Amino acid sequence: MIKRKWDMFMENVSMSVANIVGSKMRTFLTTLGIIIGVAAIIALMTVVQGATDTMTEQFDAMGLGTLRVQISGTAIKRGLNDAELDEILGCAHVAGISPSLSGTVTASRAAAWSDAITVYGNGSGYFRHNPDLLKRGRAINAIDEAQESRVCLVDGGTAKTLFYGEDPMGKTLYLSGREFTVVGVIDEEEDASLFSQILLGGTSDGTVYMPYTTAKKLLGTSSVSTLEIYVTDPDETDAAIEEMEAVLDGIFNYKDNTYMVINMESMTDAMNLMTSMMMSLLVGIASIALVVGGIGIMNMMLVTVTERTTEIGLRKALGAEPSQIQMQFLIEAVILSLIGGIVGVIVGLTVSFLICMGTDILFSLNTFAITLGVSFSAAVGIIFGWAPARKASNLNPIDALRSM
Amino acid sequence: MSNDFFSMRGIVKQYQMGDEVSTVLKGIDLDIEEGEFLSILGPSGSGKSTLMNIIGCLDTPTAGTYTLHGRLIRDLDQKQLARIRSREIGFIFQQFQLLPRLNAIKNVELPLVYAGVSQRERTRRAREMLMRVGLKDRMEHFPNQLSGGQQQRVAIARALATNPTLLLADEPTGALDQATGEQVMSLFHELHDEGRTIVMITHDLKIAKHASRVVSILDGELSEGVRYD
Repeated sequence: MIKRKWDMFMENVSMSVANIVGSKMRTFLTTLGIIIGVAAIIALMTVVQGATDTMTEQFDAMGLGTLRVQISGTAIKRGLNDAELDEILGCAHVAGISPSLSGTVTASRAAAWSDAITVYGNGSGYFRHNPDLLKRGRAINAIDEAQESRVCLVDGGTAKTLFYGEDPMGKTLYLSGREFTVVGVIDEEEDASLFSQILLGGTSDGTVYMPYTTAKKLLGTSSVSTLEIYVTDPDETDAAIEEMEAVLDGIFNYKDNTYMVINMESMTDAMNLMTSMMMSLLVGIASIALVVGGIGIMNMMLVTVTERTTEIGLRKALGAEPSQIQMQFLIEAVILSLIGGIVGVIVGLTVSFLICMGTDILFSLNTFAITLGVSFSAAVGIIFGWAPARKASNLNPIDALRSM
Repeated sequence: MSNDFFSMRGIVKQYQMGDEVSTVLKGIDLDIEEGEFLSILGPSGSGKSTLMNIIGCLDTPTAGTYTLHGRLIRDLDQKQLARIRSREIGFIFQQFQLLPRLNAIKNVELPLVYAGVSQRERTRRAREMLMRVGLKDRMEHFPNQLSGGQQQRVAIARALATNPTLLLADEPTGALDQATGEQVMSLFHELHDEGRTIVMITHDLKIAKHASRVVSILDGELSEGVRYD
């Protein structure tokens, strides 16, 4: 009995394939809706997933066991002074700190000028914790920090703006009129701050890094409002946060909303939640295309049933049961939409691969998206193929054979 | 008298046409012996197509009893009627009704698929039947590569495939020229000589006379012998 059913099934499949192959143009147009729907779902899921992976990787690069402290301060106390930074450094869970500040300055050289160079002042610890940041030259060290040395690291944008065609290493440039020596070049691919720049919508010509002490002078501030804190043990991040909050409460005299301690890991979690919500929303929208595609299949199948009235009558005369006729047309609808689904998967993967290549987003085969696309299309075939198949099975064989 | 092989008693078929009821068959009595070659002769509109549909279990009568091969065909659902068509009846149509996308073998296999015969057995029987009708070297051909006569022989092979109780032919030569028609008729004679039961419906007296017995149908009433001019 099972063998018989299987035989019947295979017979139906080969009949459907013959019918589908027999009218290629029609098949293509019919399945186009499904192709577009599935391709959209696959492309969206793959690209969003890739973007999430890319961002997560960058957040992770910014640091496990790294806390970021953002000071908004009070009217009379805007940031942290050196003594307070030392107090934070003295905490039990703190292995090191890197104060940072940023601003935009004008930069000039003999033959070039820009008024949109972003300055990042960082502690020497920042470079120790991000060793890949440096492409060539040397990093900012503790001596630079203590001596407020006028040294800087430049990124590709700055190099392009100010050192076009020259090696910036060892050269001098003027930032807000003050002379600085370039001691190193930043590897942009590893530059996590680039990402935050994109988020902030910066339109900077380039970035230079320098000791935070130097940057304080250059930007004319006496206090620091941003710092990274390196925790002694990443497993004790929570304890470190509590300790930090106690110290900062003391510094700001228990005023609300004067500071924020951000844990990078919790940011990653929040971002993952956000992107998965975004993904569901986008996939929901793309599913509308699938429904439209399903209606296309249904329409096509209804036309097919009408066209093949004689065939249906003949099959009935030869002993086909109504359920067998229904199965045949249902299988044909499912095969049609599966073809659409598979082509859609290929198109979707190709499109998302190209998008990922073009935008430096990590591309990975999202097997969940592929499974979803294919099973969605099969489901569409069953749902929208049902009514036409039912119609075919209910055709009166006499009416069907009358046309003879 | 009645027999178990094929017996119709008081078959009436009515159709609802709007408000009017039209009676197409007005109480048909018909008995067929096993191994008989019977022609049902009648002009168009005489009700012979309706009678054929009822004989072929494509339709059920409004009233009357019909016994085929010991089975009473009455109040059967679509599925049961399909079973009977599959096992008891071999249809031969005027326009051959071959599926254009299938080759000769596959076309002959079609009723065997619905009868639940395995693939290997299907192919074996289809080949055997095609050889029987003299199409040994046309087995892989598609309908559009075959002449009308060859197509009708494929259709006859298809009708024979399930080894049915009854071969039911509806104007089998209607779409063929005289010579080819004669060839098909001689094939019918051979099948008859092999002991097959054949019921042929036609409006053509010359063709009808090939049968061993002829009944006429006119205005939904049947009479023995030729009553057709």
